Amino acid sequence: MAETRRAPRTPLTYVLRLVVIAYLCLLVAWPVVLVGWNAFHVPDVGFTTEAFAGIFSDPQMMHAIRLTCIAAVVATLINLVFGVSISLLLVRTEFPGKRILSALIDLPLSVSPIVVGLALVLVYGGRDGWFGPALESAGIQVIFSTPGIIMATAFVSLPLVIREVIPVLEEIGTEQEQAAASLGASSWQTFWRITLPGIKWAVVYGVVLTLARSLGEFGAVKVVSGNVLGQTRTATLAVEEKYLNFDQQGAYAVAFLLASVSVVCILIVFVLRARGARVR
Amino acid sequence: MLWFSLLVLIPLVAVIITASSGGWSAFASQLGNEQTASAIWLTIRAAVVVTLINVVIGTVIAWVLVRDRFWGKGLLEVIIDIPFALPTIVAGLVLLSLYGAESPLGLHLANTSMSVYLALAFVTLPFVVRMVQPVLEELDADVEEAAASLGASRFTTFRRIILPSLAPAIAAGAALSFARGMGEYGSLVLLSGNLPFKSEVASVRILSAIENDNPEGAAAIAAMLLVVSLLVIVVLDLIQRRMVRRG
Repeated sequence: MAETRRAPRTPLTYVLRLVVIAYLCLLVAWPVVLVGWNAFHVPDVGFTTEAFAGIFSDPQMMHAIRLTCIAAVVATLINLVFGVSISLLLVRTEFPGKRILSALIDLPLSVSPIVVGLALVLVYGGRDGWFGPALESAGIQVIFSTPGIIMATAFVSLPLVIREVIPVLEEIGTEQEQAAASLGASSWQTFWRITLPGIKWAVVYGVVLTLARSLGEFGAVKVVSGNVLGQTRTATLAVEEKYLNFDQQGAYAVAFLLASVSVVCILIVFVLRARGARVR
Repeated sequence: MLWFSLLVLIPLVAVIITASSGGWSAFASQLGNEQTASAIWLTIRAAVVVTLINVVIGTVIAWVLVRDRFWGKGLLEVIIDIPFALPTIVAGLVLLSLYGAESPLGLHLANTSMSVYLALAFVTLPFVVRMVQPVLEELDADVEEAAASLGASRFTTFRRIILPSLAPAIAAGAALSFARGMGEYGSLVLLSGNLPFKSEVASVRILSAIENDNPEGAAAIAAMLLVVSLLVIVVLDLIQRRMVRRG
C-alpha cells in the first residue's frame, strides 16, 4: 500500500535502514545462523552430521523428542477447542465479569514461566499441593509426570489462539449467523457451516503459533517435570543438560532441530498472511 | 471456564496465598534477603533499560518496515518474529554462540550482567515493533503532508503529528516487553551463568528456592512478579480501551 505517498528518500532514510539492519543482524540473524553452523561444523574435523546421528540413535533423546511432540500436540488441541469456545463466548455474549476475564486471558503472556511452574506445583504437587494428594490417591500423578508437562505447556500458550480469533470474529459480525439461524439452522450447524469457515485462517495462525510456543517451552516445564532422564525430560531440557555436560555438539544439534521447527512455523504464518493480504 | 479456573486462576491464587501464609513480615523478610534483593534489583534495572531500548529501536524498526522499501525487507519481517517463536533455551544458546567464550566478534559477555541485558533485548524485540507497525500502516499521510506544506520540518512533523498517534501502541508494546523482561528465565540459564549478586535474576531465585524446598520464599518472589504482570495487564487494558475509543 501507500506506494504513491512514500516520503522522498533522504540521507536519514538510509541511516535508519542501516541501523535497523545492523541491529537485527547482530542481535538475531547472525547468532541464529551460527547455531546452524555449529550444529554441523566440528572444529578440526569439518562438516559432519555425526551429532544428528548421535541424537537419532540415542533412545533417551528420542524419548525426549517424542515427549515434547506429544505434550505440544495435546496442549495445542486443548487450546484450540478452549480458545475457539472462549473467543465465541467473549465476542458473542454479554455477562458480568467479561472485561476481567478478557484481561485475565492475556495473563499467561506476561507471567514468568517459572511462576507458572510454581503455581501448578503448589496446587497439583503430589506431596502438599491443594489437589495433588487427592489426585494422587486416585492414581493420577500430575506433577513430575506427563499431565503436568501438558498443563504447563497449555498454560503458557493459552492466549495465542484467542488473540488471533477474537479480532476476526468481531470483524465478520453476526449477520450471516442470524440469517442462517432464521433459515432454521441449528446453532451447531451455524457454527460449523458459517462461523468456522469465517475464522478458519485466524484459527490456523493461532494453532501454528501455539504449536511453535509449545514445542519450545522450557521454564515452566522445568519446574513441573522434575527432568527425569528417559521419562519426563523434554527436548528443551535436553539442550540445557547436554550443554552443561560439555556435549556442545549435541546441544547445538538439538537446538538446531528446535530452531528449524520454529522458523518453519514463522514462515508458514508469514506466507499465509501475505497470501491473505493479497486476496483481500 | 472451569478449565481456565483449574489451569490458570486457582494455581495463581495459590501462589498469592502461599506467599502471604506467613504474614507480611515473613513476606518482607523473604524479599529482603540480600541475594534475593540484588536479583530483583538487577531484573528491574535490566527490564527497564531494555524496554527503553525497545521503545526507540522498535519504533525505528517499525518505521523502516512500513515506510522504506528495499530488497530483503521480507527477510527482516521474518527475522523480527524469530525471538518470539524460538524456544528460550535455544535463544540462550544462540546468543552464546556469538557473544560467548568462542565469540567470533571477540566480545565475551557470558556470565556478566551485560548478558542479562543482551538476552532480554533478544526475547523482547518483537513486542514494540509488532504493536507499532499496524498503527503506522493505518496512519493517514495527508496530515503529515499538510504539516510539511505548512512549513513544519520533518522532525517537527514526527514529534507533533506522528508520535502522538503512535504513543498508545508504543506504550502497549513497552508494557508487554517490560513484563516479559521481568519474568525471563530460559534464555538466561546458559548465558548469564546465574552468578549471585552479579547476573542472577528473579526467576532464577524462584527456581533455586523451589529446589531448596522453600516454597514460601519462592512464592514470595513469584507473587511480586505476578503483581507486576497484573499491573501490566491492567495498563494494557486501559490503553486498548483508549485506542478503541479514539479509532
